[in-house]
Amino acid sequence: MGKDPEKGGIVLEYAKLLEYEPYSMDRIKKTRVMTERLLELTEHHRSRCEDYRRILDGLGYDASKVKDYYDIPMMPVRLFKERRMSSIPEEEVFKTMTSSGTTGQQVSKIFLDEQTASNQQLTLARIVTDFTGQSRMPMIIIDCPSVIRNRAMFSARGAGILGFSMFGSRRIYALDDGMKLNLDGIREFLEKYKGQKILLFGFTFMIWQYFYKELCKLEEPLDLSRGILIHGGGWKKLQNEAVSKAEFKQRLKDACGIEHVMDYYGMVEQTGCIYMECECGHLHASIYSDIIPRRMSDFSPCDVGEKGVLQVVSMLPESYPGHSILTEDEGVLLGEDDCPCGRLGKYFEVSGRIRNAEVRGCSDTYERK
Amino acid sequence: MNENERLNSVQESVRLLAGVLWPDVCPVQPFEEHTMDFLSDLGKELRKDVRTAAYTDVAAFGFWCRKGNLKRLKEEAVCGERLGRGLVFHIAPSNVPVNFAYSYVLGLLSGNANIVRVSSKGFVQTDIICSALERLFAREEYQDIREQTSIMSYDHDKEVTDVYSSLCDARVIWGGDATIETIRESPVGSRCVEIAFADRYSIGLVRPSAVAGMDEEELRQLAVNFYNDTYLLDQNACTAPHVVIWLTDSPEEKQAALSAGKRFWEAVQKAAENYDLADIKVSDKYDRLCNFLADQRHASPEVHRYDNLLYVITVERLPEHIDELRGSFGMFFEYKADRLDELAAHITKKVQTAAVLGVDRKEVTDFIFRNHLKGIDRIAAFGQTLDMGLLWDGYDIIGTLSRVIG
Repeated sequence: MGKDPEKGGIVLEYAKLLEYEPYSMDRIKKTRVMTERLLELTEHHRSRCEDYRRILDGLGYDASKVKDYYDIPMMPVRLFKERRMSSIPEEEVFKTMTSSGTTGQQVSKIFLDEQTASNQQLTLARIVTDFTGQSRMPMIIIDCPSVIRNRAMFSARGAGILGFSMFGSRRIYALDDGMKLNLDGIREFLEKYKGQKILLFGFTFMIWQYFYKELCKLEEPLDLSRGILIHGGGWKKLQNEAVSKAEFKQRLKDACGIEHVMDYYGMVEQTGCIYMECECGHLHASIYSDIIPRRMSDFSPCDVGEKGVLQVVSMLPESYPGHSILTEDEGVLLGEDDCPCGRLGKYFEVSGRIRNAEVRGCSDTYERK
Repeated sequence: MNENERLNSVQESVRLLAGVLWPDVCPVQPFEEHTMDFLSDLGKELRKDVRTAAYTDVAAFGFWCRKGNLKRLKEEAVCGERLGRGLVFHIAPSNVPVNFAYSYVLGLLSGNANIVRVSSKGFVQTDIICSALERLFAREEYQDIREQTSIMSYDHDKEVTDVYSSLCDARVIWGGDATIETIRESPVGSRCVEIAFADRYSIGLVRPSAVAGMDEEELRQLAVNFYNDTYLLDQNACTAPHVVIWLTDSPEEKQAALSAGKRFWEAVQKAAENYDLADIKVSDKYDRLCNFLADQRHASPEVHRYDNLLYVITVERLPEHIDELRGSFGMFFEYKADRLDELAAHITKKVQTAAVLGVDRKEVTDFIFRNHLKGIDRIAAFGQTLDMGLLWDGYDIIGTLSRVIG
């Protein structure tokens, strides 16, 4: 980047940011760096994405009035489901990622060029190795192989798996395409890499439904005491089964001896800069991105401890205007720069999604079965 | 399936809430004294229920049923020698809780027996009204009305709709385009008439001087009225104005317009202070705003955000179809028109109510006739857009649900 300054090109190169440790900036430094980069990204997208420009104009955006990155307009997350939000010409689209939605739901479409796709991978590597301590280890993917087979359209699940796959020196899928546990394969894999740290990765609900529940049935349990499990994708489905975070960890430990279980928060609209759960059970913002819980009455930022709807900002997106997004997730900022784990930056928790309102009125109301 | 089996299967699918399962059909003349007594007693029963105070919509319905109002309506409504058509089948909407009651009452006042399908959502309002009905139905004097009434609920089930549709003499469908499409899959008899309330759209028409000339209290009342027209049903009622058209058709009006808009919207913000602005509503509204802005190929409209409670978008030109200017949860458009006739090209048949201030009814009806419009079925003052009348959505309801002897 930095190749086309007169078109509002990126001056602050992302590559430079990648040289920093992911949790190395305190609030003052991060605010300065982030404000500079996000202002540039805003101009960058404004000159390349017509829809984005019109929205900024309509919202009365004026770069000269931006004090810090809190003032940069946010795009509602649904926009990426409803419109083609892209800052690159069609021929530069390297891959298109989609969110995983159930049938009939609209899915987000995120357009990546090579640069942004590569930055996503590098960012993910920086963040995850800060927690796992090493970049590559034998890896068990708790999903089925078919989920990544269609490479043209990357679903969030497929993208997550592919993204994390780079941490695997050797990989095995724990489930077959019928979602059955491949027990023999796993036992063989564990035997082969006995004594080594094993990375396990999957989506929270899949792990619970197709892995944990099967493990419980085994007469001879698996020994995953040297495992590190990273899981994401949200708790919504597990809340229906009334499983808390603490219980999830405890029951997995009881079932296979795994001690190291980390949740993460992330979304397809901002792939790469995920928010990992630290040893203290807090989700952390790295230097590559940030969260700002907002009050929905006026979009003012919440205080520490006050629940709000999460805005996510990321220094990554260059191919689509998704560097500042208002999600539909609720969360609470727990603190900044002072987590006992030692990492700088904000730490927070995600408490769920905003409720579907009962909309009043008189149209389209006949309940269909 | 023979007729008996069909009726039996309906019986099993339906949950009766008031009246009888199979009403007798015994048409009477519209606005019979006995019917009006019944409704007036219904109003009284509703006022006795302690829960009514908490539901302004039930209270308003009870108030509507008072004898004085019915007598006034009778004067307006009935012309010719008329009799109810027979049996009216009503499909009430699922998100305006008391609507089923108005629909029922209109069927009753037209002189008909009624089958009313209410939403299975289980609103408290439904319970308040149905239990009041049941108390009246326990009285000897109202046995006849009881036997001609079936208020009930069933899950969407085409077979049940088929049966009722084949039996009725008039069908009333609320709930908009999608519901109408679904219900019309069930055929009615050849003599059956139908009133279908489709998706509609409404506008506001205001001369700025009318706002400029108001004192603070009048302005506050106007804002409360506007709030009731719009926010009260999440700006999702067909009658809710989405755009305020400032009619600046004289130098004085142009002058008044300089301050009237700001004054009006600030008052609206104040009136909306206690609106239940759930997070999801803000999310929806902000998304709608951004989508609207992204769609503007030619102009960039000016947006005023009064926190997240009220968004006002000033447009410099009207889209071909004015109903594209659609907000939700307190998102409105405004436009200055130098002449009323300038609007004609943009008024589609989707436009239902024109809420007016500083504009005479006759000006609007002349405008409709002069321009041969398909839209605007109703002219109402602000604060009265939701008031149920006998002329609704372009239909003369009593006239349609009764037959006239020629």
